[in-house]
Order: sequence, then structure tokens, then C-alpha cells
Amino acid sequence: MRVPLRWLREYVDLPVGETGRDVAARLVRAGLEVETVDEVDVPGPLVVGRVLDTADEPQSNGKTIRWCQVDVGEHNAEGGARGIVCGAHNFATGDLVVVALPGAVLPGGFAISARKTYGHVSDGMICSLKELDLGEDHSGIYVLPADLAAGAEPGADAKPLLGLPESVLDIAVTPDRGYALSVRGIAREAATAYDVPLRDPANFPLPTDDSLPGHPVSIGDPTGADRIVLRRVTGFDPAASSPLWLSSRLHLAGMRPISLAVDITNYVMLELGQPLHAFDESRLSGPVVVRRALAGERLLTLDGADRVLDPEDLLIADSSGPIALAGTMGGASTEISAASTDLVIEAAHFDAVTVARQSRRHKLSSEASRRFERGVDSSLQPVASARACALLVELGGATYVGASEVDERPARSSLTIPVDHPGCVAGVDYSPDVVVRRLRDVGCEVAGPDVEGRIVVTPPSWRPDLTDPNDLAEEVVRLEGYDGVPSVLRPTPAGRGFGTTKRHGLLISRALAAAGLTEVRCYPFVGVAALDALGLPADDARRDMVRLANPISDEEPFLRTTLLPGLLATAKRNVGRGFTDLALFEHGRVFHPKPGHPLPVPRPGVDRRPTDEELKALDDALPDQPFHVAVVMTGKLESDGWWGPGREATWADVIQVCREAAAAIDAPLIVAQAQRAPWHPGRCAQLLVDTGAEPLHVGYAGELHPRVVSELGLPARTVAAQIDLMTLAGFAEDLDVGPTISGFPMAKEDVALVVDEDVTASAVEDALRDGAGELLESLRLFDVYRDERLGAGRKSLAYALRFRAPNRTLTVEEASAARDAAVAEAARRVGAVQRT
Amino acid sequence: MSAPNKSFDPVEVTPLHPDEVARVRDEALAAFAAATDLDQLKAARLAHAGDRSPLALANREIGALPPQAKAEAGKRVGEARQVVRAALEARQTELEAERDERVLVEEAVDVTLPHDRRLQGARHPLTTLTERIGEVFAAMGYDIVDGPEVEAEWLNFDALNIPPDHPARTMQDTFFVESADSGLVLRTQTSPVQIRTMLTQEPPIYMICPGRVFRTDELDATHTPVFGQVEGLVVDEGITMADLKGTLDHFAASMFGEGIVTRLRPSYFPFTEPSAEVDLECFVCRGASVGDPANPCRTCSSEGWIEWGGCGVVNPRVLVACGIDPDRYSGFAFGMGIERTLMFRHDVRDMRDMVEGDVRFTQAFGMEV
Repeated sequence: MRVPLRWLREYVDLPVGETGRDVAARLVRAGLEVETVDEVDVPGPLVVGRVLDTADEPQSNGKTIRWCQVDVGEHNAEGGARGIVCGAHNFATGDLVVVALPGAVLPGGFAISARKTYGHVSDGMICSLKELDLGEDHSGIYVLPADLAAGAEPGADAKPLLGLPESVLDIAVTPDRGYALSVRGIAREAATAYDVPLRDPANFPLPTDDSLPGHPVSIGDPTGADRIVLRRVTGFDPAASSPLWLSSRLHLAGMRPISLAVDITNYVMLELGQPLHAFDESRLSGPVVVRRALAGERLLTLDGADRVLDPEDLLIADSSGPIALAGTMGGASTEISAASTDLVIEAAHFDAVTVARQSRRHKLSSEASRRFERGVDSSLQPVASARACALLVELGGATYVGASEVDERPARSSLTIPVDHPGCVAGVDYSPDVVVRRLRDVGCEVAGPDVEGRIVVTPPSWRPDLTDPNDLAEEVVRLEGYDGVPSVLRPTPAGRGFGTTKRHGLLISRALAAAGLTEVRCYPFVGVAALDALGLPADDARRDMVRLANPISDEEPFLRTTLLPGLLATAKRNVGRGFTDLALFEHGRVFHPKPGHPLPVPRPGVDRRPTDEELKALDDALPDQPFHVAVVMTGKLESDGWWGPGREATWADVIQVCREAAAAIDAPLIVAQAQRAPWHPGRCAQLLVDTGAEPLHVGYAGELHPRVVSELGLPARTVAAQIDLMTLAGFAEDLDVGPTISGFPMAKEDVALVVDEDVTASAVEDALRDGAGELLESLRLFDVYRDERLGAGRKSLAYALRFRAPNRTLTVEEASAARDAAVAEAARRVGAVQRT
Repeated sequence: MSAPNKSFDPVEVTPLHPDEVARVRDEALAAFAAATDLDQLKAARLAHAGDRSPLALANREIGALPPQAKAEAGKRVGEARQVVRAALEARQTELEAERDERVLVEEAVDVTLPHDRRLQGARHPLTTLTERIGEVFAAMGYDIVDGPEVEAEWLNFDALNIPPDHPARTMQDTFFVESADSGLVLRTQTSPVQIRTMLTQEPPIYMICPGRVFRTDELDATHTPVFGQVEGLVVDEGITMADLKGTLDHFAASMFGEGIVTRLRPSYFPFTEPSAEVDLECFVCRGASVGDPANPCRTCSSEGWIEWGGCGVVNPRVLVACGIDPDRYSGFAFGMGIERTLMFRHDVRDMRDMVEGDVRFTQAFGMEV
């Protein structure tokens, strides 16, 4: 809502000298969000000029410029009138015009100076309304009309005539305050803020002679409208144009002046907040009715759209069919034209939800619909229509005919609240007098308090948002000032702090960062192309994704099932920016649709807690959305330096990072050989968590498939991993059992075992551990060796075993026996042969 | 060695002659003094203080003396040996010190050489900032709670007193899960986590819910369709706006410095009534830049206050939808954008930097903000 300050001052006696910013500050304190204060002004001399003489001079560029002698009174040049070159021709000798003299600065920072052009020195500029930012019209310069010209002398300051300077408050109106979408509503807040009386523009006298009939009207669906007023005028002069005060106010308020009749309906809407519509009565067929649309009906609206109507749509119709989408937009068939002389002004009170729904259904948000869906004052319809008719009579030469009305408004309801309720909400002790006075300030009728300290409050017709006790509390607290609310820090009961999930996320993020990885956060939006680039098979479960109805980009309408696309794209971006040695991770959710739960999701009521069954149905419909963590590494993990050569990140590093991540939350990770897109089939590890029973899958790690790497434009040998943190964390050790530290000597035994290539180190290790028994303290692989003497397809794995007993020094025989048992188990399970 | 001969005159045993003892002693002392390094000293030691040195040999001769001569000769030789030993030790210490000094100088290195062999990691500042906020509230006894990002509309809107056709629904540009009337959305706020908490937990409730939220804004310097929020909720008996103000002031002081306070401005949110915008006192200029064009403040644009978030008293209708008795309990709620907080707390100018994943951005913040 844009409010010119002069307009506001018509209804409120703001202190003289109070600037737009001053007023804005007061309104902000009262809860209106004033976004900007625009100052409309022309610094420097802007004066009235009389055109004394003109000469039209055709130019070689095809234009004809007009060389004018303009009398600007005391600002005249020494030789008399000033010479000004003008491009427009819509004026004549003797006309009074607005002249910007050298030194003036027009809106947009256009500084006027005497300059040579078209063979003359143009000593100023004759202005159009657009150049003054008072209108849209740039078809010609602005010629002062008779009413403004009367009494205006050449050389006089033109600004007062034009209503300059002006401040315009731009206010973002919250959805609860429909009344603030009017100068009247803002004026009410300003009056309260300055504690001065409001001259309510709605106190406009209604026509006393309504003896002649209005246009017949009825309400067919009282759920859609509870009041409608039609007023008729005849003899309107369609050629009459809007006076400057009207068109410039519309312009400053952000609406485009169109024609006098339309401008008047818009002006009254801005003034009072009541949307109006003007029909050409000669184009109406029979009585007007407010009703719902019938199946198959269509309406060509004023924006030129031919709309198929929905049976829920609320219409204004006549016997020809729909003529307007109620409270939203008029229809073309009854639109007033340049020939319309008999007009019907319609003012109605439509149901907010109905208008909101059809506005959204038809993607048609208008000044009218914005007001109706936020709530319009149900008392305004007779006044607003009368005000519009009075302006049509005054400015358009029309004659008022009469009115018709249907009024089915329900009785206004009231609330009973304890008078100390606002104070209890705020934590402030307001006296009953203050509470009652403040509620009356917003227009409520207040009775009481009674002996039990209760008051009965009837909110005004323009505040349909005041329905609950806390709504009333807010009015009192905001008008008394939020800055009067004290700051109290009450002691809180003991809490649980970070939950396990949050803590695990933080622990892993810390561990990975400490391990040299940099955290990134990617959008969760993906397209099929990203999965194709990963080489996922057609039936891969990761292709089963949640789709958005209105994605940011049609290329990426899905929610990710894997963190890799975003992470790999981020890696590529960094590599492209020169960071070729890179290790990144992301911690975030992925989304897997839950099969078997058809949409839409149920929508329980809100007048009670939903039942547990209803809540379960809500939860069941949600996709699974576990937290994952993913890693990508490329280039050197250790850099070259004065210490010697560095080292590339390999499949082994990324698997180790996963081990460290699991270790950070104390979860037992198992690494197994696997094949899975998008990883290199020979360099892919499946990650599982040891559950104590059957291990559960939690992710994959390894080198990316060379085809994927080249498809994505990543450096060769890029490695990556992804872990389902939710599953992994489910088996984090809650209570570690502390070890018993033995002080007895350790016995070391090294063994080298020869196995087939396809035997994994983890299988050998498991066998050794199981075979070695309880005396084994630790076991470590320290060498992998291949040699032709071992035979083709064989390898040697060398392990250091450390044995120790809790209660004695081990004998050589005991240690050897344990070692032999370990080797024997490895031989049994994986065919290991000990090298001697 | 001479054989024992009790009749022999001691002076006749040459090595034990006082002059001779003095001579070999002085010889030893001269040799030690002449040694210039530990190797030479070692040679001198073997020659003059070793088992085969003149004084050691002289010592053995003492046994051959008649008893009456033994004492005097023993004393003479003993004294000489002690002097020699002391001189040796002194010289040894001296030469070791010299050697140490030389060697340690030779072994000196440039300790300012960089040793950044391993890649340096960093946590995203939004993560660390969220963690810090969590710590502030954990210390106050709040629970830090998580919830789903794809959420039922009932939890994201209806239960928060945003009816299906209320204009407030369009205040937040919502991502809908296909199809548009599926009843599922990407949550536009973390408030559904508050609803979930109220549905499952009896008051008193003291919780915050940090997390990602989604709105259909195009990415630019000040907007991103995916961003972080932290919202707080308290439901208890007798909760007022004053408690809200006190909590926000404590939060502000914890994050921005002792004495920094908040200011409430009336506003509208469907789920709170009364509602307010939260402004933060500028922690850089503390208001000093207001009306002082010579010393403008970039952080608050010389306004003295920074828009931080929204808050209010929990609308009793929300309590009703969650099965909490509004006559017994009241509550407050607040919410802040984490990106926005990072922007003014750390002078980040462009939101795109937080989104693009450029390592330079994250690494500038290191492990902590």
C-alpha cells in the first residue's frame, strides 16, 4: 500500500513539519511495516509559464520541434520571455504550462540547464506529467487546466499547484490487516499513533434521494456474499478526464490512471479499502445476481483471458451469463467504454476464502482480490458506492439515479475476556482503563469491566481479524508499545541438549574436517541427467525419487536419493577454479519415496489434537529422509614439498576416511568387496555396520568408474564414498567396556601368509583373529607382497601379532601355540600357507 | 713392579720420588690442557690417567715400600692422582661443552619452514554457527530437536493456524511435492518440528529446532531457495512476552557480546499472537552511527538495529491443534535465518558464496565461527 502523505493529512492532523520518515517511524512502532519513504520533488526552479509564441520547425531527422517563447515572469531573461525548444505540440499560444528552469533537477536525476539544441539555446524545459513523476502521460506536455490556471501567474512556483513536494509511504501490509490496504486504515493508525482525532472518510453523506430505482440485484449464494449495493448514474460524460489531483494520487499510489470512471472506482478503493466495479448499464441484460458458476460457463475477463469457470467460482451474472469474477476481475462484455454514459457502480462484501480460492485457481491476483481475501469492512458498501457516484457527478457531469441493495450480514459477534488478559500475555500490568481505551482506539466497542473483571468487546466491522482473546491482547500491547515489555529470563527445567542424531552429525563433521576434508552444502535438487551421468542402471532404486510440482528448474525436479551428484558438481566447480587437490564432504538428507502410501496425505482438523492413527497416517506418507554423509577426493592428499614428493588420494584413502567417520561415532564398520555404480567395479568397497547379527548395508566407497569420471569432467582417479548415517548411527556403541590393561610382557610373532589373489585381507584377518584366541592383543597387516616365486595369482600378506596374558608372562611355547592356531585357522578358512 | 723389600729406602724407588711424582703429574696436566678436542683428551687420559699411566704404575709401587714409607708415598701419589683426575674432568666438561655448542649450532634448522603436507579441512560456517546457537540453548536447558524436511502440509501449515485458503499461505512461496495437492511440501519453516514436539511431549517444553527450509526464491545475493533456520519454542505455565524478550536478549548477548539486546516491533505471523519482528542492537556500532554521517556503520546501515527474525506468543489455536490446554499453558516462539545471521555477524556480502561450495569460502572460517 503506497500512501501519499498529503492524502493522509486530509484525515489526520499530523503535526506541521512532520516528515514522511517521521510518520513512518511512528507507524512502524505501531506495527505497520513501512518499507520505504519515497520523496517526490523537483529541487530547483519549477514555475508556471505562459506560452507567448510558437514556431514549428521541421528538422532534417523528420521531427518537427516547436520553438516557444515562454513568459516565466520574474524568471524571464533580460530581453523578456525565455526561448524553449519543445518536442510536443499539444498546446497553444496563451496556455499555461510547467517550466523547469536551469538548475532544476527532475525525478530520475535529470538536471536542467540552458543548452544548445536544434539551432537554438533552449533555456529550460516544458514538462510532461511523466517527467514530473506525477503520471504516466508522455503524449504531450502538461497544460494547466482551467481550475489550476485560474489565479496562476507566470513565474509563480508551480510546485504547490502540482502537490509537490510529496512523500509516499510504501507499506507492506500483513495478511491479517486488510483494513490497512486503504488510506483510511493507515490514517486510523496514524491518528492513534499521534493521539489526534481521525476524520473518517467513511463518514461520507449518503444520497438522501434514493426514490428512483436502482438496478435489480439479488444474492443467490449467501456463503459467497452477504452484501451488495448497486448505484446508478446517467448522463456521464465519457470524454471527461481525471483532474490532476486524482490522476497524480493514483499514480503516486502505484495505480495507472485509465479513464475518469475507472480512476474514480480505484480512487475510492484506495481511499476506503472497498473494491468497486463500474458496469456499463446499457450492456447489462436483466437483473444482476451473485451466484456460483455453472459447469461449462466461461468468462472473458478484462485482462483478455477467456476463462473456463469452476463450479466453486463466485460470479456476478446477469441474464446473459457471467459478467464478473466476483471480487477478482470484471468481464469484457459489460466493460465501460469511451461511449458509456449510464453506469452501475457495484460494491459488495464477498467471502474472503471464496475470493482467495478463485484468485489462486485462476492465477489472477488483483487489487480487489488482495483486499477481499484479507477482509473488507462490511459496513462500507453503501458509502463507497455513494462516494464514487458523487465523484462521477462532480467530475463527470453525471446525474445520480438511485440504488438497490441486498444486506444479509450476520450480526456482529463479541468476545468476553478478562480485562487483565492483555497484561497476562505481555507480562505487563496494564490498568483496566488502558486496556479499554486501547481497544476503543482500534474501533472496538467495549463494555465493562464487570465485577469479575471481564469486558465484552465487539470488534469493528473493519477488523474481521479480531476473533480471539490474544488478537485483542496484541492490539493493546502494540499500541502501548512493545518497548514497554520487560526482559525476564526465567529459570528453565533441565533439558537434554543435543540429541543423538545432531551429536552424531556434529562429531562426523568435526572428524572429517580434522581429517583434511572441507564441508560443502549442496541443494537437494537433481535431474535424471545427473543419475545417467553416474551410470546408474535403469532399475536402480536411486532412480525412484520424490518429484516436486513446482521446481526451481525443470531440469532438476527431483529430490536427491544420493548426495553424490551435488557433491561431484561442487568438486568439478572447485577443480575448474584451480583447486585440483581437493577433499570435500557433505552431511545432509536424501529422500526415498515410501511405496504403498497413496497421496494425498490426510488433513485432520485443527480444533483438536489429531488421533494417533491420524498422526501415523501423516508420518507414513512422508518419504524416508535419512541423513547421509558423502565424500569426494581428487588430486594430492599430501602435497609435494621440500620434504619430498606428495601422494595422490586413492581408493584406500577414501575407504579409510569412512572408517574414521564411523570411528568418530564409535560405530563398528565392516568393509567388503563390492560392485556398484558409479564406482570402479574392481575398486569399490561395500560398507556395512556390525550389528552383532547380520551386518547391515550402510554405503559404498572407492574409486569412481573411469567412464563416470570422464562423463562428469572430473580428474582421473577421483574417489568418493557415501554412507547412510542413520543406519550406521543405529549401531554406534553406547557403552564401551573398558579394557583391562596388563603389565606383563608382550610376545611378538610375525607371520607371512600366502593366499590366492581373490582372498581379501579382511577374510585373512578375521581368520587370524578367531584362530589366535584370547591371548591376541593386537594384529596388524604390515606388508603385501607379490613375487613369481609365490606363483601366479598368489600374494603374501605379512602380519604382526602381539600376544599378552592378563596375569602372567607368556612362555615361548604359549605364544607359538597361539600363533600356530591363528595360522591353522587361516589355512582352514582361506587356504593360507605360511611362508617360512 | 719391584718386589717387597722392607729394608729398601723409599726414596730409592724412582717413580715414587717426590720430584718424579710432581713431574708426571705436571706432564698429565699439560697434556690435558693441550688437548683441543675430546679425541685428544681421550688419548691424553689413557696416557696420563689410564691403568698404564705413570701415576697408576707409581701407585702400584707403594706396596713394595716398607710399612713406614707407605703412608707418605701413598699420600703423595694419591694427591697427585686426585689433581690429575680433577683436571681431566674439568677439561672433559669444558671440551664437551665446546662440542655441544658446535654440534647444536650445526644441527640448527629453519623452524619456519612450512609443513603443510596434508590438505587442510574446514567445517561449513553454517554448520559451526548452528552448533554455536545450539550450545547457547543447550546451556539454558533446551532440547535441540530435528525433523523431516519433506513434511505434511498439516504440520507445516494447518496446525500452525495457516488455513488452506488464508493469504498467509502465500507469504511463504512453497515447494509442493507432486502433485500440487499431494498434501506434502518441502517445509517452509522449521515450525513443524515444534508441532511434532508439542504433539508428543507434555509441557513444560523448552526446545530449539535448527534445520534446512525451502522456499521458491531464485538464488541471488540475498535469497536462496534452500536455507537454514533456527526456531525456538517454549510452552509452560505463565509464559509471557517478557519471558520471550528475556530469552532473546540472552541469545543476543551470547552470540554478539555482553549487553547486546533485542527490540520487538509489532508484526503478524499466523502461529503467534501477538507477533513481533526481532531487531538486534548493532553489535558493531552499538547505535553510535545513528545520526553520525561521518562515522557510518556498514553492519546496521547506521540504523543502530539489525533485522534478525520473528517471534511472538504462541497462538492458543496452535496449542489446541496439538492437544495442549491453552487455559493452563502459554508459550512463546521465535525464529531466525542462519544465513542472514552469518551474513551480518561475519560480514558476508553474497549468499551465493554459502551455496556454491567454493573451498575458499569454507576454509576462511576454519573449524569454528
